Amino acid sequence: MGLDQLPRPSTKAPKVAAGLIAFAVVLLAAGSYIGLFRAPPEHFMGEVQRIMYVHVPTAWNALLAFTFAFVCSVAFLFRQNWKWDARLEAGLEVGVLLAFLLCVQGSIWAKPTWGVWWDWDPRLTTTAVMLFAFVGILALRRFVEDPVKRATWSAVATIIAYADVPIVYYSVRWWNSLHQTQSSPQTVASTMVTPLRINAFGILFLVSGLLVLRSQLAQRRLVRELAPPLPERSVSDAVVGGAA
Amino acid sequence: MSQPKTGRIKWFAVAALAVAGAAFAFIALGGLGENLVYYWDPSELRQAGDKAIGATIRLGGQVAPGSIQFDPGTSKLAFEVTDGKQNIPVRSEGVPPQMFRENIGVIVEGTMTKEGHFTSSRLMVSHGNEYQAPHDGEKVDTHELMKTAEGVAE
Repeated sequence: MGLDQLPRPSTKAPKVAAGLIAFAVVLLAAGSYIGLFRAPPEHFMGEVQRIMYVHVPTAWNALLAFTFAFVCSVAFLFRQNWKWDARLEAGLEVGVLLAFLLCVQGSIWAKPTWGVWWDWDPRLTTTAVMLFAFVGILALRRFVEDPVKRATWSAVATIIAYADVPIVYYSVRWWNSLHQTQSSPQTVASTMVTPLRINAFGILFLVSGLLVLRSQLAQRRLVRELAPPLPERSVSDAVVGGAA
Repeated sequence: MSQPKTGRIKWFAVAALAVAGAAFAFIALGGLGENLVYYWDPSELRQAGDKAIGATIRLGGQVAPGSIQFDPGTSKLAFEVTDGKQNIPVRSEGVPPQMFRENIGVIVEGTMTKEGHFTSSRLMVSHGNEYQAPHDGEKVDTHELMKTAEGVAE
């Protein structure tokens, strides 16, 4: 092992990803159908509450994707294998995508229920910090030319930025906030728990498929970047070769 | 490509983990909660006394039952926010969000006045973590919900 070894992208990965994503589509179709047409409207919020079936799974999976990126960072720094750098890039990108969607969905839910699109309460603020911190790390990766430096420093930055992820989760318990605390199966009607769980697994499989695809892409880019330059052929070689 | 010193990279990981752990511990266990005030409850606001007059603050609590007065003509809204120990009279303008009702959590942004009521420039409804199905034989009608503002004036 070591950074002088080129990563070897897998040929099976696209098929594995396609399988994961296909299964995710089935789960999300079923969960969304139950959530939209079978589950009851919420007692006080009415139909608006149905956005929960996508907002909560997005939140869980965003935190999971960043946790994956954190694990990849630690693994890269200790193992120094390019695979972990490729996976880190995938985890960061998928996490940023989910965190962005999370804020959009939250705003859409907040306006009719809380009466505002956004407010700087502890949960929303720490979530915005999380999104921008990881967007910043993606930007850092684009700026650094040297693959070793890029991998090392983005892994270090990811570990430090990750401190905010558990803070996002606990923010509603530690401080007064506009956002409610975590629900549990005891606080959610059983007819609503089923579509929520199905969609949570749906997004989990979708995320897994995206992570497989994106880390493969990152590995292929690394191979191109790290491959030793082709030996130079002189003109005379080419002429001799052509005449033979 | 140069082979970096592997030992050095491992130390980066240890240092980064230490920084992240320290940052998390500082925020989790440090006295941030004392200083990070998103809203005050009515008891805290009463304790603040004159300090709450003129300063922009948020007050959070529940809408005291029977305290809502809404005049659709002038869209003036008056109600009391309670934490079960203290009540603070609040005055605001405009139609409240449709979830606004007795006993619901609210967060109002504004300031205390010398007259002893809280003037709100921003009213937010905050709900708990419970999601219930409609009770038996009851239909949730969004249009009815939208009328809560008028309904509570009766």
